[in-house]
Amino acid sequence: MSRFLRDSGHLIRPALVLLAGLGLFLLVRSAVIPKAFGQYGHYRPAALDLNRQKPLVFAGQGTCIECHDDQAKTRAAGKHAHVACEACHGAQATHAADPLGLKPTLPDVATLCARCHEKDAAKPKTFPQVVTAEHSGGALCNTCHQPHNPHL
Amino acid sequence: MGVDGFMYPNEVELQWSLLIVLYPYITGLVAGAFILASLERVFKVEAVRPTYRLALLTALAFLLVAPLPLQLHLGHPERSFEMYLTPHRSSAMAMFGFVYLWYLTVVLLVEVWLEYRADIVAFAQSRQGIQRWIYKILTLGSNNVSPASRRIDDKVGYIVTVVGIPSAFLLHGYVGFIFGSVKANPWWSTPLMPIVFLFSAMTSGIAAVLALYMISMKLRKTLIDMRCVDTVAKYLFYMFVIDFSLEMLDLVQRTYEADESFRSLDFMVHTRLWTSQVVIQVFLGTLLPITLLAATQLWKFTETLRRRLYLLASVLTLIGILAMRWNVVIGGQLFSKSFLGYTTYKVQFATREGLLPALALLILPFVLFFVLVKLLPPWQDSKPTEA
Amino acid sequence: MEISRRELLTQCSRLLILTATAAKALEKTGTPPGPDDTYHVAEHWWGMIIDIDKCIGCGNCVRACSKENQVPDGYFRTWVERYQVTEDREHPLVESPNGAINGFPPATREDTKSFYVPKLCNHCVDSPCVQVCPVGATFVSPDGVVLVDPEYCLGCRYCVQACPYGCRYYHPEKKIVDKCTLCYHRITKGLTTACCESCPTGARQLVDLKNPKDPVHEFLRNNKVQVLKPQMATGSKVYYKNLDGSVR
Repeated sequence: MSRFLRDSGHLIRPALVLLAGLGLFLLVRSAVIPKAFGQYGHYRPAALDLNRQKPLVFAGQGTCIECHDDQAKTRAAGKHAHVACEACHGAQATHAADPLGLKPTLPDVATLCARCHEKDAAKPKTFPQVVTAEHSGGALCNTCHQPHNPHL
Repeated sequence: MGVDGFMYPNEVELQWSLLIVLYPYITGLVAGAFILASLERVFKVEAVRPTYRLALLTALAFLLVAPLPLQLHLGHPERSFEMYLTPHRSSAMAMFGFVYLWYLTVVLLVEVWLEYRADIVAFAQSRQGIQRWIYKILTLGSNNVSPASRRIDDKVGYIVTVVGIPSAFLLHGYVGFIFGSVKANPWWSTPLMPIVFLFSAMTSGIAAVLALYMISMKLRKTLIDMRCVDTVAKYLFYMFVIDFSLEMLDLVQRTYEADESFRSLDFMVHTRLWTSQVVIQVFLGTLLPITLLAATQLWKFTETLRRRLYLLASVLTLIGILAMRWNVVIGGQLFSKSFLGYTTYKVQFATREGLLPALALLILPFVLFFVLVKLLPPWQDSKPTEA
Repeated sequence: MEISRRELLTQCSRLLILTATAAKALEKTGTPPGPDDTYHVAEHWWGMIIDIDKCIGCGNCVRACSKENQVPDGYFRTWVERYQVTEDREHPLVESPNGAINGFPPATREDTKSFYVPKLCNHCVDSPCVQVCPVGATFVSPDGVVLVDPEYCLGCRYCVQACPYGCRYYHPEKKIVDKCTLCYHRITKGLTTACCESCPTGARQLVDLKNPKDPVHEFLRNNKVQVLKPQMATGSKVYYKNLDGSVR
C-alpha cells in the first residue's frame, strides 16, 4: 500500500492545483457576482429600473390637453380626433416641462400634410389622399383646411 | 450599400465577422489534433506514436489562442467573465465556457504534464538559470520518476485520454450546436451541424499535425517515419470521406425537401458563395485532397512522392476546412431572413475585426507551438519502460 | 484529534444557523419601489395590435421612436415595409427605404395588391433571443417586455443571430445590443409608446392582455389575426389584423 502511495503520490499535486484554482474561482465569484441576480429571472433586477429611468421626449397628448384644451375640443369635433398632438407638432416633453421658456416651432405645412395625404397605391383606398401637385394649384394646405378640424 | 433585393433594415450589416470564422476553425484543430493523439494512446495505433507529443502540443497551442478572436469581437470584453459568474444554462455559448475550462485544465494540461513529467524533472536538474526555475515549477514539487511511478502515469494518462475523447467531441460539437440550434437561420439550423463540425474538425486537426510533423522533421533534418505518415494519411483520408459524405447528405436533403428557404439559399450559393463554397471548399479543399489521398491508398508511390502528396493534401485540407467555416458563418448572414435579398461582407484590413488581426491570430498558435516545442521537446520518447 | 458525536452535531448546527443568517443578511433585493410607485409588474402583460388596413406608411412611428429612444442613424427599433404583391406571391416587391424614416416615395402601380406592414420587436413569450443570451443580459420582464440590460450585455450578438424577425441591432457607440423596449419608460408611467402616440390612424395600439377592459380582447375575438412567422413558435405578442400571407 505504502509503495503504491509512494509511486502515485505525485498525482495529488495537479489535483491540488486544480482544486485550488476551483476554490479561487468560487471565492472571486461570490465577491463579484451581482447581488440579487436571479430574483425575478435570469437577470439583474436593476435592469428593470435602468430601462424605466429613461427621460421622456414625447409628452403624450394627455399632457398637451391640460393646457391646450380648446385646440383639443376643436380636434375632437373633426376628422383628426384620433391624431395625437405630437404626431404633427413633434416631441414636446421639453416644452411641457417649461411651457413659457421653450416655445415649439410650428410644423412646416408644405411637407407635413403630404406625408400622410399624398396619393399612394399602397395606402388604404378609404383613406383621404390627393395628388398634392394637382390638388391646390400651389396653395398651402392650411389655406383651405384648418389643421385641427380639416374637413371642408 | 451592396444590398440586392430586400433585407430587414437591421440585417444589412453582418454581425459575426471573420474572427467568428476563425474561432471554430481553431477549436476544430484542437479537437482534431487531440483525437489523433488518442489514436495511439487509447486505440493502440502504434504507428502514429511519433506524432503523439506533437499532437498534444499542437492542441495546446491552438487551445490557448482560441478565446482571443472572441475577446476581440465582443463589444465589452471586460465583461466576458460574466459567462462564468451567471451562465445562462439555456445558452450553448455559456456552457461552452465551462467545457473550454474543463478541457484545458483537466484534460490537456494534465495529459501534457503526465506525458512530459520525466523530461521536466530531468530538465529541472540539468538546466540553468531561469529555465531551471520554470522546470522546477512545472514539476509541481515532485521528483519521483521511478519506473513504477511512470507506469502509474501511463495508466492515469490512459484514463485522461479516454475522458478526453468525449471532451474533445463536446469542445467542438458545442460550437456546431451554437450554430445548429438557431432556428431563425435556415442555413445553420440542422441537427447535422454538430456532427459535420466535428468531423471537419478532426479532418483539419489530423491534417495540421501531419503537416507540422513533416515540416518539423524537415527543419530538424531528421528522417520522416514513413510508417507513421502513411498511417496518419490513411486516417485523414477516412475522416475526410466521412466528413464529405455528411456534407453531401445535408446538401442532398436540403435540395430534395426544398423548403421555403431553399430557393434563396440556392441562389446565394450560385452567386455570392460560388468561389468560397464550390471552388475553394468543395473542389480545391475537399475533392482534390481526397483524390490525392485515395491515389496513395490505391497505388504504390515512392516515398518522396507520397511525402509531397501528403503535404499538399494537408495544406489543401486546411484551406478547405477554413473555407467551410467561412461559408457557414459568413454565408449564414449574407441572405435575408425574409428570403428576398442579399447583402455583402467587406472584410476590412486594419480594424479590430479585420484581416490583419485575423492573420495575426492564425500565426500566433504557431509561435506558441514553437515556444512549447522549445520548452517541452517532443522529439525524445520517454516511455515508462525505459529506465 | 478526537471529537465526540455530540460535539460534532452541536458545532455543525451552529455553523448551519450562522451561515443561513449571514446569507439572509447579506442578501439585498433590487432597488425598492419609491413611495409614489403605483406600477406593479404583476398586473400587466404587454403586447401590441397592428391593423394593416389602417397603416398609411407615413413613417411617423419610425421617426418618433428614433427621437424618443435616441436610436442611432441607420439602425431601427421599428420600421415599416411596403409590399406590392402580384399573383406570383413567391416574389413580392418589398421595400423599406431607410426603414421608412422619411416615409415612402409614392407607389404608383395599380395592378398589384399593395399595403404597408409596420414591424417591431414581437416581445415573444418563448423568446429565442433570450434563450441564447450567455449571461442573462436580455430577458422577458415580469410584465412581458423583452428588455436588454445595458450594463451587463457583452455585445456578443448571439441574440441578433437568434431573432427570426431582425429586430435587434448592435449599438455602434454603446457596443451593446439594442432593440425596441416597448417604451418601457413610458408604459410604466401610464403613457403609451412613442410609435403608438404618433400614429395618426391608430394602426398601432399598445395593449395590456391582463387588463380585462383592454380593446385587445375584442380585437382578438372579432378579427382574423396573425403573428409573424408563426412556424417559429416564438409566442409573439404583436398581433396583426388582416396580414397577407405573402408577408415574411
